[in-house]
Amino acid sequence: MSVTISDSYTISDFIPERIIRPRRGLIGIDFKELWIYRELFWFLAWRDILVLYKQTAIGIAWAVFQPVVTMVVFTLIFGNLAKLPSNNASYAVMTFAALLPWQFFSNAITKSSNSLISSQNLITKVYFPRIILPASATISGAVDFMISFVVLIGIMVWCKAPFRLSMFLLPLFFLFAFFAAFGAGLWLGALNVKYRDVNYVVTFLVRLGMYISPVGFISSVIPQRWRFVYSLNPMVGVIDGFRWCILGEQFKPYWPGFWASFTMVLMILVTGICFFRSTEKNFADVI
Amino acid sequence: MSGPIIRVEGIGKKYRLGSTISYDTLRDHITGSFRSLCHIISGNKKSKRGREFLENQTLTDNCEFWALKDISLTVDQGEVIGILGRNGAGKSTLLKILSQITEPTEGEIRIKGRVASLLEVGTGFHPELTGRENIFLNGAILGMTRSEIKKKFDEIVDFAKLEKFIDTPVKRYSSGMYVRLAFSVAAHLEPEILLVDEVLSVGDVEFQKKCSGKMNDVAKEGKTVLYVSHNMGSIAQLCSKAILLDYGKMVRFDAAQEVINQYIKNTGTLAKTGAIKITDRMYTTRGKKIKFSQVTMRDSRGNVCNNFLYKEDFSVEIDFDIYDNFERGVIGIGIRTLNGSLVTIAHNQDNNNGNIEDIARGSYKIKANFNNILRPGIYSLNIKAYEHIINGETIDVSDLIQFEIANSPKEGELMPVKMRSGLVEFEVDWSLEELAASFSYI
Repeated sequence: MSVTISDSYTISDFIPERIIRPRRGLIGIDFKELWIYRELFWFLAWRDILVLYKQTAIGIAWAVFQPVVTMVVFTLIFGNLAKLPSNNASYAVMTFAALLPWQFFSNAITKSSNSLISSQNLITKVYFPRIILPASATISGAVDFMISFVVLIGIMVWCKAPFRLSMFLLPLFFLFAFFAAFGAGLWLGALNVKYRDVNYVVTFLVRLGMYISPVGFISSVIPQRWRFVYSLNPMVGVIDGFRWCILGEQFKPYWPGFWASFTMVLMILVTGICFFRSTEKNFADVI
Repeated sequence: MSGPIIRVEGIGKKYRLGSTISYDTLRDHITGSFRSLCHIISGNKKSKRGREFLENQTLTDNCEFWALKDISLTVDQGEVIGILGRNGAGKSTLLKILSQITEPTEGEIRIKGRVASLLEVGTGFHPELTGRENIFLNGAILGMTRSEIKKKFDEIVDFAKLEKFIDTPVKRYSSGMYVRLAFSVAAHLEPEILLVDEVLSVGDVEFQKKCSGKMNDVAKEGKTVLYVSHNMGSIAQLCSKAILLDYGKMVRFDAAQEVINQYIKNTGTLAKTGAIKITDRMYTTRGKKIKFSQVTMRDSRGNVCNNFLYKEDFSVEIDFDIYDNFERGVIGIGIRTLNGSLVTIAHNQDNNNGNIEDIARGSYKIKANFNNILRPGIYSLNIKAYEHIINGETIDVSDLIQFEIANSPKEGELMPVKMRSGLVEFEVDWSLEELAASFSYI
């Protein structure tokens, strides 16, 4: 060791004492500890991204292909066949503006609800704040999001849609989507540790959510008196926000509904954190 | 003034056996709750289904057991402490609580300093990533910062002797290379307190020597080490003090050699018949469940016993239930001496030229005939189960049956066997040949 310590002092005199004891009641986030483990968070996200692109032969192509084909199908069915309104915007751009956050959300929620199960051997062997696992799983979808965003710009150029300054607000709504996915991921991930059939629930939720959320249509087609209730789905607020930023004023969100979505995200996030933190002490035992 | 580096006060850990097994799926939970609801609504207390359910409920409530109870101890800085005990005595649970992997049910622990646990090497290795990438990932998981790993990177690669393969995905590594890399990362941690769970039993002999050398260095640097092992030789060599656990209680905490002596004495009084039932214990590896319902030893005439004649062949039977498909599943039988040295380990797939098939869900009986080359003495039998894949984990059930090879020579034997020492008896083909006189008799 390079540090010489005189006989009367030992290392333990310089290091604060840590106390391990059973925790009870509501447990918040230990931000100091998370800061210490911040590198692990990036490492795990980096691993997920690296592995994803190493394993899939078509890699990036898949991240482009999936939303583009969905957009084409939605444009044909909802725009051309059902002739739903698009507020004079290009139906393709309008759909893609919604697919962008939706794809991120659905990937993130699937990955983060599986993140604990797929890291079983870590959980039973090493200590680190468990919340890092769903968090890094959620953020690793950001790469796909960036790729899709580039595709959106391409589509906008193709459709001759104007670029607006309000697009600089997109990071805010991305954060909104991130916290919605992260909150739900905390709930589903923690439940998945004990009940493995949560996976089926997630698959079902994601498939159903695509049609319940205003992905293929605009949220103003919902009757006015139901709009507030409809907006309790957090993704309604996120998608409306994205469309507003990308397509401009005629897509201005229905504000009471927007704040309802926002409140829902906060609620899911806060309860998710509490639920996760109070169940995580048993993860290593039941996983 | 310096107090102890670890102070453990009244630690206990309670597990509930039933709850994790009976409610594995949300569906079961919902149907279970629904049934009890129906039962309450109908008010029919005599209904068979309802009664069954209630009985199961009380069973689940009673199926709690304390993996650890009333453990109190203090460890001073620089002490190297061995932890001894039979399988299921609570050794690993103690390390898991100390490393914060699981939370104690009661009691309190005060720790000064960074704790690193080597409960199993290679944790978090990803087969698709290269050696270089895995060093960074594994280092971060074990609690190193990026700059720390960068600084030690060359040292780690050098210690593992993998310079040439560092940019190859670890899925192409041999299992020896894999373990070397994993241990090398772990060995370069610099915690104040190191928790070790038998990692030294991996790799080839040369590498093992290197590892125990590293452990010695760590201890000499004034680090505190808690070391779980079945190998009493290495505990005696490395540790100053030792803890003996039995059924979750601390039986003794004393000088290492004293504790080892007591452990050998204690195990001598356990499992003295040729068959053992371990019905209640469910073992899991990567979430897959296996239950060994019975292990039996038989002599050459097929009688259940644990007392064999010298050179008399014996067989081992294992009845087990597998609840999930074991990918490339392997069942192993090991024989150890009383002081913990492994005499041999045999795997049921040894003769299949590496073509290891999956073991599907179901109940099995496996039978192994041993041609007995053991010298007289007392040995203990342990079994293992694992999936032969990267990141597979081994289930190890130790000290199941203690058996003796009797000290009586077979008929027609010339030398009294008790005169011989050593563990095994090879069939040696001797020849004695007189050479032409090459020296003079003077």
